[in-house]
Amino acid sequence: MSDNHLYTVSSSPHIRAEDTIAKIMYTVFFALIPAALFAVYNFGYKALFIIVLCTVSCVFFEWAFQKAAHKEITALDGSAAVTGMLLALNLPANIPWWIAIIGALIAIVVGKQVYGGLGANIFNPALIARVFLLISWPVDMTTYPAPTPLFSAVQDAVTSATPLGAVKMKILMHAPITDAVAAFNIKQLFFGLHGGSMGEVSIIALLIGAAILFYKKYITWHIPITYIVTVFVFAAIFNYMDPARHAPPLYHLFSGGLFLGAFFMATDMVTSPVTHKGMIVFGFGCGFLTILIRAFGAYPEGASFAILLMNLVTPIIDVYIKPRKFGEVPADA
Amino acid sequence: MSHRTFQGGIHPHYEKQLTNTKEILPANIPDIAIIPLAQHIGAACASCVAVGDLVKKGQRIGEPAGFVSSPVHASISGKVIAIERRPHPLGRDDVTSVIIESDGKDEWTDDLVENTEYANLTADELKKIILNAGIVGKGGATFPTHVKLSPPPNKKIETVILNGAECEPYLSADHRIMVETPHDIIEGFKLIMKILCVREGYIAIEDNKPDAIKAMQSSLDDLRSPELDVQIAVLETKYPQGAEKQLIKVITGKEVPSGGLPMDVGLVVQNVGTAASIYEAARYGRPLIDRVLTVSGLGVVEPKNLKARIGTPFREILDQCGGLKDDVVKVIMGGPMMGMAQHTLDAPVIKGTSGLLAFTKKEAVSFRGQPCIRCGRCIAACPMGLAPYILGTYGELYMFEKASETSVMDCMECGSCVFICPAKRPLVHLMRFVKREVITSRHKEKLKKEKAEKA
Repeated sequence: MSDNHLYTVSSSPHIRAEDTIAKIMYTVFFALIPAALFAVYNFGYKALFIIVLCTVSCVFFEWAFQKAAHKEITALDGSAAVTGMLLALNLPANIPWWIAIIGALIAIVVGKQVYGGLGANIFNPALIARVFLLISWPVDMTTYPAPTPLFSAVQDAVTSATPLGAVKMKILMHAPITDAVAAFNIKQLFFGLHGGSMGEVSIIALLIGAAILFYKKYITWHIPITYIVTVFVFAAIFNYMDPARHAPPLYHLFSGGLFLGAFFMATDMVTSPVTHKGMIVFGFGCGFLTILIRAFGAYPEGASFAILLMNLVTPIIDVYIKPRKFGEVPADA
Repeated sequence: MSHRTFQGGIHPHYEKQLTNTKEILPANIPDIAIIPLAQHIGAACASCVAVGDLVKKGQRIGEPAGFVSSPVHASISGKVIAIERRPHPLGRDDVTSVIIESDGKDEWTDDLVENTEYANLTADELKKIILNAGIVGKGGATFPTHVKLSPPPNKKIETVILNGAECEPYLSADHRIMVETPHDIIEGFKLIMKILCVREGYIAIEDNKPDAIKAMQSSLDDLRSPELDVQIAVLETKYPQGAEKQLIKVITGKEVPSGGLPMDVGLVVQNVGTAASIYEAARYGRPLIDRVLTVSGLGVVEPKNLKARIGTPFREILDQCGGLKDDVVKVIMGGPMMGMAQHTLDAPVIKGTSGLLAFTKKEAVSFRGQPCIRCGRCIAACPMGLAPYILGTYGELYMFEKASETSVMDCMECGSCVFICPAKRPLVHLMRFVKREVITSRHKEKLKKEKAEKA
């Protein structure tokens, strides 16, 4: 205790919770591993290749942009890795490698860095990239290989319709959707043994990841549950009104990108509202737009578009839905 | 009642086990006491002694300046060797201190008035005693107690809450006085209720202090007077449970309006230590010259609860706890959430010193702020229902007016938002900056208006 010892002087508080941005981001990355592993099991090593490629490219582009723009390098804070992982899980397994790299470039540079980097982007970067790729290379982005589980006899990939794709095809042909729906049973949908984007197919794998995020309190029920319940309710109503044109609610729930979107992309903190009430509005909006696009739009799936559209509404939600202020009562005169 | 709670709040590691079973020990009488003439919120005192004067313990050395002020007394007997500026633990380095060198006799001044019939004192007599004893809120805010006990006649006080929540981590001073001297606290509480003419009172204690609840309950049973309706309110352990407005909400369900005071909803809240001081002043005539503080943190060799004289330099307090370890990086007066980091150990214990913490590198983590990722945790944690993330941004962008419209003045700087923020943004720091700017500009506007009216 010498007299000239200098002590740190700083504003209170002097203790902090342990969570950091990097910890949150890497936990989200970790929570996506079950879905990624299932993708590798379901679609083979090419899925692993695309996942690694997207993740590494995103981190690289983040680093490169920050380097070029003379900004602080934060490429390893986990946020770029999460974007890469999410992008990969939103792609078909047999996507050409160069399209995946372009996706990573779009996600990081156009989706995130041009806005000012982490925390400043309006849209979910991975979804921006997915929609960009979908519009630019529609065939490559919608040619889904049939599952060829590792260690199984089937090796040559054949393409396969996704559950929602099969339904939309029938609708476009003005045929009843009954046989398309019958081709996929709910159990099959739940475990994910069917065609689709790599990470969206297995509901069970996504639920394991979501459980991790709930346990760590990195997500709350407000967005995902409202989102899923909204889809369920509207699907049930449409299905009741016209079962020949609208798939049953559980079929909607367990197919397409709903679970991946609801638990991992709509919950993106940067692009969703900050208050719990706002999150409920956001979740409802996502659900309503998703079922609207699925039921009446040209695309079989609407989760990506729905979330992106609601990302746009987020600032307005945050302006109008404020936390309840303590003491917000008229002061007695 | 025990399960009612307030919105927001956080659950930090409390670390109270370092000291909460340790008996309060008397600290050594300092050889030299440094007694700042401002130890309360409000105007500083004017010194009423001169260099060379001999003073006795309990003798008044600083005269209050105005109503919202409180006198200061000598905490040791000896000679005034200097009246000059010294480091102040709240950073008020413009404040003059009276420096007294001990004569080693530790003699009380002879004008103390003992009174065994203190229960028969009138409200006005009691208020005068409290004022003369220099009693201020000992929870840390140091608001002069006689002012708090003199609500304007149009504010009818219905309930008094005695605050023993002690929600700040590490601190156990209030906890220990509740365990060790419950009698003094309850007698003081009864005097407070008498002054305010109220029947209904609550003693608020967090449920992590079962021994304090037990001691206070049994003392309350012994001392209960039939005309008073006092009960113990056991509260959930959550920070900032002990904040005045939150405490009132939890116990009575009433919400103090934004910008208002507890008296606006008929409430007065007093700290348990303050009640004990009121008892000592009324019963023994003793002014506030010492207080219990918790000395803790991983950087202290032997954490303790000490009863120290006002004016004892922090250095001496720490020496009596085995000194500091080598890896201490931060010394804090008060709790870790709202306490003040000290740049020197020469600052003295004052009336609001509830604790002295020495933090090692492991505890006093420092971070570089990162961009906000809009996770919304600060909103969920804010007990005042504010949106700290956006207020912080307004501060960064110098948007003071916008921040003022967004209720930045309701922020009580409890630190919950900063604690929980994963981006480690210095939100409270920004809030203080904005609040100061808002106060300055409001003041300027007021002056302008007055000038215009005159012209």
